Amino acid sequence: MEEIIRMENILKVYPNGIVANRNVNFSIVKGEIHALVGENGAGKSTLMKILFGIEQVTEGKIFLNNQEVVFNNPQEAIKHGIGMVHQHFMLVPSLTIAENIVLGDEPKSGIMMDINKAIKDTKEIAERYHFDIDPKMKVEDCSVGTKQKIEILKALFHGAQVLILDEPTAVLTPQETEELFKELQLLKEKGHTIVFISHKLNEVKEISNRITIMRAAKDVGTYQTEKVSKEDISNLMVGKEVLWDLNKSKAQPKETTVKVRNISLINEHQRELLSDVSFSIRKGEILGVVGVEGNGQRELVDVLTGLNEISLGKIEIENVDIKGFSIRKIRDLGLSHIPEDRMKLGIAERASIEDNLLSIYYDKKDFLKGPFLKAKQINEWSKAKVKEYLVKTGSEKTPVKMLSGGNIQKVVVAREFSNSPKVIIADQPTRGIDVGAAQFIHKKLIQLRDEGAAVLLVSADLTEVMDLSDSLIVFYNGKITAYFEDASKLNEHELGLYMLGIKHQSDEEVRRCMYD
Amino acid sequence: MTKLLKMKTNSVDSRFEAIRFIVAIGVALLVALILIFMVSKEPFQALQYLFLGPISKFRKIGNIIETAIPLTYLGLSVSIMFAANQFNMGSSGALFLGGTTAAIIGLVLPLPFGIHPLVAILAAGVMGGLWTSIPAFLKLKFGASELVSSLMLNFVAFNICIFIIMNYFRDLNAGTLASTKFFETVLLSNLVPGTRISYGLIILVIMVILSWLFMSKTKWGYALRMTGLNVNFAKFSGISTAAVILYSQFLGGFLAGMGGASEMLSLYDRFKWQMMPSYAFDGVIVSVLGKQKPQYVPIAALLLAYIRVGADTMSINGDVSFEMISIIQGFIIILIAANAFLKKYRQKMVVKEATEND
Repeated sequence: MEEIIRMENILKVYPNGIVANRNVNFSIVKGEIHALVGENGAGKSTLMKILFGIEQVTEGKIFLNNQEVVFNNPQEAIKHGIGMVHQHFMLVPSLTIAENIVLGDEPKSGIMMDINKAIKDTKEIAERYHFDIDPKMKVEDCSVGTKQKIEILKALFHGAQVLILDEPTAVLTPQETEELFKELQLLKEKGHTIVFISHKLNEVKEISNRITIMRAAKDVGTYQTEKVSKEDISNLMVGKEVLWDLNKSKAQPKETTVKVRNISLINEHQRELLSDVSFSIRKGEILGVVGVEGNGQRELVDVLTGLNEISLGKIEIENVDIKGFSIRKIRDLGLSHIPEDRMKLGIAERASIEDNLLSIYYDKKDFLKGPFLKAKQINEWSKAKVKEYLVKTGSEKTPVKMLSGGNIQKVVVAREFSNSPKVIIADQPTRGIDVGAAQFIHKKLIQLRDEGAAVLLVSADLTEVMDLSDSLIVFYNGKITAYFEDASKLNEHELGLYMLGIKHQSDEEVRRCMYD
Repeated sequence: MTKLLKMKTNSVDSRFEAIRFIVAIGVALLVALILIFMVSKEPFQALQYLFLGPISKFRKIGNIIETAIPLTYLGLSVSIMFAANQFNMGSSGALFLGGTTAAIIGLVLPLPFGIHPLVAILAAGVMGGLWTSIPAFLKLKFGASELVSSLMLNFVAFNICIFIIMNYFRDLNAGTLASTKFFETVLLSNLVPGTRISYGLIILVIMVILSWLFMSKTKWGYALRMTGLNVNFAKFSGISTAAVILYSQFLGGFLAGMGGASEMLSLYDRFKWQMMPSYAFDGVIVSVLGKQKPQYVPIAALLLAYIRVGADTMSINGDVSFEMISIIQGFIIILIAANAFLKKYRQKMVVKEATEND
């Protein structure tokens, strides 16, 4: 077996002082599917960004076919036959598939771009790899699964021999994942080499030939996939036994706290993003929301939290109609919100932990004397919160941007959970954070549920929603297409069929989620 | 371990900021040095005027403080607006308008001694505040960039003021454009004999303290800072960002207006301003040097004033012209504002700290 890439003693220190890679050695042989696994924040993505030229090493060497190479930017890596598909797609939505694929290396006729040749090339390459796409379709009209295919084709079009996929299945349904795996096998047969970043062990076992495991910025070894069990991998990743048991007791739902009735949201292009959605969230239960990204979940969260306003229908929180309410007034009803995009909405990264904890309490009586903030009380309170929520930091005055993703999320959660919320809207509460922090947040959510909060949990992580939720609703195309009273009785495959819109329940069945 | 690391990075950052500040000024002065050696026949003499001139005489020290007073007002004004992430450049317009307002009150409103200047300064503040609120209002209502509208409004302010003075208050016996004399009760009397420092200095000290209290200790200051750091986060938290956009710019103009009044009533006994004061970007310079913190603004203003008085001394006594100083200023600002300046050095510091823990 011929070694194609070798990375030796990689050290990467980011400008904020975080050591993302420390003495990492990594090697890939030609024609294999190589899984790179590890917890969030273990340094997998950084290592691959270095290989693709997005980040530069602090120390260490990279060899391509035994020749030392230095990639200062992705263009240089692409020239050497390396391609990468990112977690977040890098496509131009308003262009067609063909235009996206040739972007950066467009066929020309004179000074104009040769559209027909672009379409022809795209068709050819898609056929060669058995990808079923329509080159003339606009990317914005494509599903997530198709967008990923476009990204892969784009890399292949630019001559990628080595293809890096950064958590490719995170956004896919189980069915789409299966399809992707078939495609990857085919690529392998055609002689391509694939690096597959993931932390889903089932998938890793299924698809890869070899596995490199990373933990806390270091590599803890490379193994033949068939020689290690899932338990082995998991132990190597975490460094200790993982307790998966949430210790969740059965929910005891009481009266309705949030009443959503016949709401619709129509955007400026007259598209219905939510159509005729009705459900209730009861005191003391966690209602999970699942769906493929872009089927109305985000819009639902926005209208519930006051970030957007519904076009039709009615939302009541604790029997108060929130029509025309500001975010502030909705929060005053007892609503807390863990936002999907924590860096954009959840925190001000240059402000201190203390200032970030304070943002929804700063004008509450306890912290004020006239217009002046009670510095001492606030400081004591924020110290206590940092301790209670296990935020790893030297001081509560540290700017939030110095923290890791998991600790940043703990700051958000500490703030949102500290006012004994009546309603919690948790949108991707553990996305991209380490297992320890995620477990901590899960426990807190269950604790608040038991104390009587009504929780709406939106998550793309199916395991998370299924483990945590008491009941579940499925969104497809802006509508609720299924309601499951007992989430623990479901399996991923069946849920996938509803998420893809292949199955849906009758109106009567769906209507049960209103309870009255 | 990670905990330790994070703390260290923090201290690296503050240490680095201090080093960067000093190196920036050092490099700028070095450039000045080279230029002076190139253009001057007596470079050592010129350097002596530049660096020691400002502290050679008591009067010169007075000059530093006189120069620093309006710079501090402008620095405070810009700092509050910039801290809210509102790039309102209307401070110099507000200052001109404030000076004019104070002059008019000194011309038409007979009030008793002691109260008169306070009324004039307060009115000037309100006028300045209303003026810089116009871009804020335009932004909220029509989405107009406050940067563009405030810059344009500076010209409007200037010409309105000149128009009013010329048409209603002009002293025809004076050779140049000037108003008639103010009531004497409105003037801010001298505080330090031998200089032109007036009681305005005491008002300024109070304003620095109030600005600092406002920004770091009140709920409004908190809301303002959070809005400035991340407006989406502020909105998400339920902070009324529209209110912040308005009051930050009102207060910015208020301070600049007060600064104009303080100048007018300390240095003049009639309105004599002929052209737009050269303050347009001075507030920005002071604010950037002072890291947008009211408590640092006076220090930054004094530093800038020192350099200016030095340059003045050098150009009067030596053979190097005053413009030289604009070059030095420009360099300091570029170096301090450039985030990437000394980035490699910082990275080395960080890597060293991070790997030492192995």
